Amino acid sequence: MIQHTFANDIFEIQLGTPPCNEIGSTFTHELGRIILEIRKLNPKVVILHSAIEGGFCAGADLREFYQGILSHPLDEAMVKLRTFLDDIHRVMNTLDTMPMPTIGVIHGVCFGGGFELALTCDVLVAESSARFCFPELRLGIVPGFGGIPRLRREVGNSVVRDLLFTGRSINADKAQTLGLVSQVVQPKKGLDVARKMAAQMSRYDAQVMAKAKAFMKQIPLEELEREKELFLEMFRSPAVLAGLKKFVESTDLRPYLA
Amino acid sequence: MNTATVEQLMDIASKHFKVERATLTPDMDFFEKLGINSFQALGLLSEVEKNFHVEIPDYELQGVVTFAQLSDVIDSRK
Repeated sequence: MIQHTFANDIFEIQLGTPPCNEIGSTFTHELGRIILEIRKLNPKVVILHSAIEGGFCAGADLREFYQGILSHPLDEAMVKLRTFLDDIHRVMNTLDTMPMPTIGVIHGVCFGGGFELALTCDVLVAESSARFCFPELRLGIVPGFGGIPRLRREVGNSVVRDLLFTGRSINADKAQTLGLVSQVVQPKKGLDVARKMAAQMSRYDAQVMAKAKAFMKQIPLEELEREKELFLEMFRSPAVLAGLKKFVESTDLRPYLA
Repeated sequence: MNTATVEQLMDIASKHFKVERATLTPDMDFFEKLGINSFQALGLLSEVEKNFHVEIPDYELQGVVTFAQLSDVIDSRK
């Protein structure tokens, strides 16, 4: 479940869907509903964080993807997948381009779609437990929620290729060294630090903030669309279904380390 | 295997997973004995990287299941 609070011009989004905020159609719908609230309340700062102990977000809901393919003819499943992708892109693009600053608080797992969601935020505060990873190539696909264009926006191409081609994870300090994270803090201190940061940001004029953000942070729309098409093209491969099946049905304790 | 590294590693694991230090041995399969999954193992990896000031890509941990093996990977990165 995704909850929100609004006080002192600061809007907080709390992700709380077990097991670890997997992004499926319900999650996307709820996040879309929260965005409508943000538009209505027009806060000066938005904070995005997770109440799940294991982390910020473990990525796409692969079980939903897998069931979607199994329960429909391929062409029909692809139409549904495209609709879902259009929805999640709309939500993430809106988060990315909101006029007020957005602060993501990351702890634990920040994988795949979770990393993509984090990359929509203007500033990331990471607890020392945070680990960032794009494991998609293990499944025979590329990130499909805007991960590559947004990662490319933040860091150099060599880093993007290293993370994508190996599927390795990096810790909070490395993410800070790369410029992905602005502050690294102790476990369970991320939200406190983000609130102090938000209080400081909320002192400034909203119009000035909006203009500064629009000047500094452009959304790579064309590349986002191309990534979506590439994802859909790859998803038709039987290897992807096999990869999903293996992942969903795995009882291996170490699927990310195998 | 560097004894100092593996001892420090087991100290870190004991604290991280909140298990008695005396129950850990260099050659035990920590996935099996501690019942941890890959996400929990990555949590340990973050602690290891921080404490030993090293960066260990996940793919270098394929097949690593004991503290002795993990200490060798750490030492190769120092």
